[in-house]
Amino acid sequence: MNSTYIRMITVAVVIIASVFLVHNGCQQSKDLISGDVAQQVYVKPGTYDDFYLFTSGGFSGQVGVYGLPSGRLFRVIPVFSQDAERAWGYSEETKPMFMTSYGSVPWDDAHHPKISQTDGIADGRWLFINGNNTPRVARIDLTTFTTAEIIEIPNSGGNHGSPFITENTEYVVASTRFSVPIPNRDVAINSYKENFKGTISFIKVDNDGKMNVEFQVLVPGFHYDLAHSGKGPSHGWAFFTSYNSEQANTLLEVNASQNDKDFIAAVNWKKAEEYIKQGKFKTFTTEYYRNYFDKKKHTGVSEKKTEVKVLIPSECPGLVYYIPTPKSPHGVDVDPSGEYIAAGGKLAAVIPVHSFSKIIKAIENKDFETSIDGIPVLKYESVVAGEVKDVGLGPLHTEFDNEGFGYTSSFISSEIVKWKIGTWEVVDRIPAYYSIGHLCIPGGDTKKPWGKYVIALNKITKDRYLPTGPELTQSAQLIDISGEKMKLLLDFPTIGEPHYAQAIPADIIMKNSKKIYPIEENMHQYAVKAEKETRVVRDGNIVRVYMSTIRTHFVPDNIEGIKVGDVVYFHVTNLEQDWDIPHGFAVKGANNSELLIMPGATETLKWEPKREGVYPFYCTDFCSALHQEMQGYIRVSGKDSSVPLSWNTGK
Amino acid sequence: MEYWQIRNTIYWGMQIPQCFKGKIIMKHNSRLLIGVASLFLILMFFFPIWSIDLLAPQYPEGIGLKIWINQITGLKPNDLNNINGLNHYIGMKAIVPDSIPELTIMPYIIIFMVIFGIGNAFWGKRKLVYLWIALFIILGAIGMYDFYIWGYDYGHNLNPSAAIKVPGMSYQPPLIGSKKLLNFTAVSLPAFGSYVLGVSVLLTTAALYFDSKRGSAK
Repeated sequence: MNSTYIRMITVAVVIIASVFLVHNGCQQSKDLISGDVAQQVYVKPGTYDDFYLFTSGGFSGQVGVYGLPSGRLFRVIPVFSQDAERAWGYSEETKPMFMTSYGSVPWDDAHHPKISQTDGIADGRWLFINGNNTPRVARIDLTTFTTAEIIEIPNSGGNHGSPFITENTEYVVASTRFSVPIPNRDVAINSYKENFKGTISFIKVDNDGKMNVEFQVLVPGFHYDLAHSGKGPSHGWAFFTSYNSEQANTLLEVNASQNDKDFIAAVNWKKAEEYIKQGKFKTFTTEYYRNYFDKKKHTGVSEKKTEVKVLIPSECPGLVYYIPTPKSPHGVDVDPSGEYIAAGGKLAAVIPVHSFSKIIKAIENKDFETSIDGIPVLKYESVVAGEVKDVGLGPLHTEFDNEGFGYTSSFISSEIVKWKIGTWEVVDRIPAYYSIGHLCIPGGDTKKPWGKYVIALNKITKDRYLPTGPELTQSAQLIDISGEKMKLLLDFPTIGEPHYAQAIPADIIMKNSKKIYPIEENMHQYAVKAEKETRVVRDGNIVRVYMSTIRTHFVPDNIEGIKVGDVVYFHVTNLEQDWDIPHGFAVKGANNSELLIMPGATETLKWEPKREGVYPFYCTDFCSALHQEMQGYIRVSGKDSSVPLSWNTGK
Repeated sequence: MEYWQIRNTIYWGMQIPQCFKGKIIMKHNSRLLIGVASLFLILMFFFPIWSIDLLAPQYPEGIGLKIWINQITGLKPNDLNNINGLNHYIGMKAIVPDSIPELTIMPYIIIFMVIFGIGNAFWGKRKLVYLWIALFIILGAIGMYDFYIWGYDYGHNLNPSAAIKVPGMSYQPPLIGSKKLLNFTAVSLPAFGSYVLGVSVLLTTAALYFDSKRGSAK
């Protein structure tokens, strides 16, 4: 063999080997996690996590509750979607919660959970979340982890920019993602520029949580995307991003991406309150529902509303200003001091950070570029405090830590970029697997971030988990931000699609967590307080069974005298007063769901037997050693049968 | 009681029975201590005298009973009901405080002993103080025996059609100490109210002792 030939082979081997090594090296560095990481996420059996994490379920319509740092899923709270497991939307008590001006809408697209605040700090009383599809906002009671109220937003095409709350939970905001004719009416779609409008709504939240659409602001027909309320010096203002300032009504991916800058709408809601007080509003006739769950009566109630107050910016100077912001901005995030407002331009290469004090100054100096429908447009140069450069591609959202840093998610380059407030320089970056949308730092959008972790909420997981057919799990990632460098700790799967999330120290919530519903406070119309009150009452073809459950029997558990064609209501009260002892109720052939009744609560299942026979019913929650014995029979006789109505237990 | 009845009761109560009449009256400080010890007993109205804790894996937060001189309550709200609920599986009778006559009698006994003790502080008669102590020891013994009988009755008189029947098993809680009852470990111990009683008896005994010391020193 000549030496040239040997040299060639040697070179070839070296090239192949080095390519292989480099490839493997990359593969490794992607997954390189140092040894102490496991300890940082390990929560010993029998011990608690440090934080609660609430994630939106996206198209599942629900809310996921996780522990951090373990990433363990504790609960899925039914909100906008029917849940047969808990009879949410199936029991007679919960059906009213789904009422809208379109009738019962049993699903929604839930995006942004938001914990209530006091003085700009998350207080853990309630969690608000928006329904994007049929515009709604829900309020979840964090003492019971149940949905307490759902309010429909009138004059809205889709409630995306919501429910970003003000510093003392005075208001929950809502902006329409789709502009539509307002009031909605039959017009040509291509008459968009002429007929379509947007609205920004302020929902008042009173001390016990009750929501009311206090007023709306009618704005030009752009798409209003996301929002955040001001805090500290900027308290009294709320900021809304908008895109499609081109006002396109078709092929938006191209037609709504033409303008160099779209707008952040800055709304002075304190000013709005003054205008409302002065009577400068118009009353629009419309239709929407407020549904709330009466805690004492354990029953949902629907209220129909027909009017809403609307402010028109051109008639209310000083109410709204537009801040030009590059390229279809998505997130708008206010730093803990309340001075800086960071915007994520989906298609921009920089994050513009606006200064609140500069905005106020520009307003005072009338530093306006132009005005749109009576809304002054401020000059970009007069309000921008700085631009964070090299933030990756497709910056979307920013959260803040307690040490003066912002963390921005970049969707296209799939990474989190850490930058310093004030100098606007990027100090660190870490990849996200893959395509990160929102991100969350405990308290990261409040006055008091608790820091410690950033959670990446990803859209795609590809090779991160065992495959489960065409649809893969959605996922979050836990990243340690306590050091100078961000450090990936954990991947964990999430329900639905996690858009936004909120995290809060566990002790704030767990100390208020309810164990039972006191039976003596149960004011349900069909409750029984003791077994001796149980009975069966017939009124025409309506039969009401006043039933009780306690370990381990139903009273009554033998019922006769029901006829085909009857409408039977099982009003089941769980007499237990012990923590973690719900009882289930399931009857054969029910066309709705089971019931899962918490200690001290009453729930109702409607049942319409279609055929003669004897039907078993039983407890579905393994309540005790004799759970399997917790059952009963109901006898259904023919339409004209003379079997008398009777019931008993133990006879 | 009518006013005159109360007045007469107090009047006759203040009279030292003939058989105890003697010349030796206890020293002032000892009598004061007896008075304090008697008044101390009033605390028994505010603290349970006994506690029965039930330990089981399903109740990491604890479940149990507190026995007071006039009532039985749960360690936490609803505990009594929950214990009755659990006990029905083994066929144990429900504990219904209103149906236990001792809980009506005990407060009167304590009131009597407080008044008797205060009387002793006035009268200063050693023999009557001995009687007070003896009475308390006898009452205590009766009380413990009674408590045992109740425990025996609850633990043995079980409903024959109970769901859970373990041959040879009875569920009498221990008088003092701990005992394994199926999945529960029952721990029965005196509570603060009993210590109040003990301290009161000890103080009264100490008063007698100091009095005799001083007496002999003279």
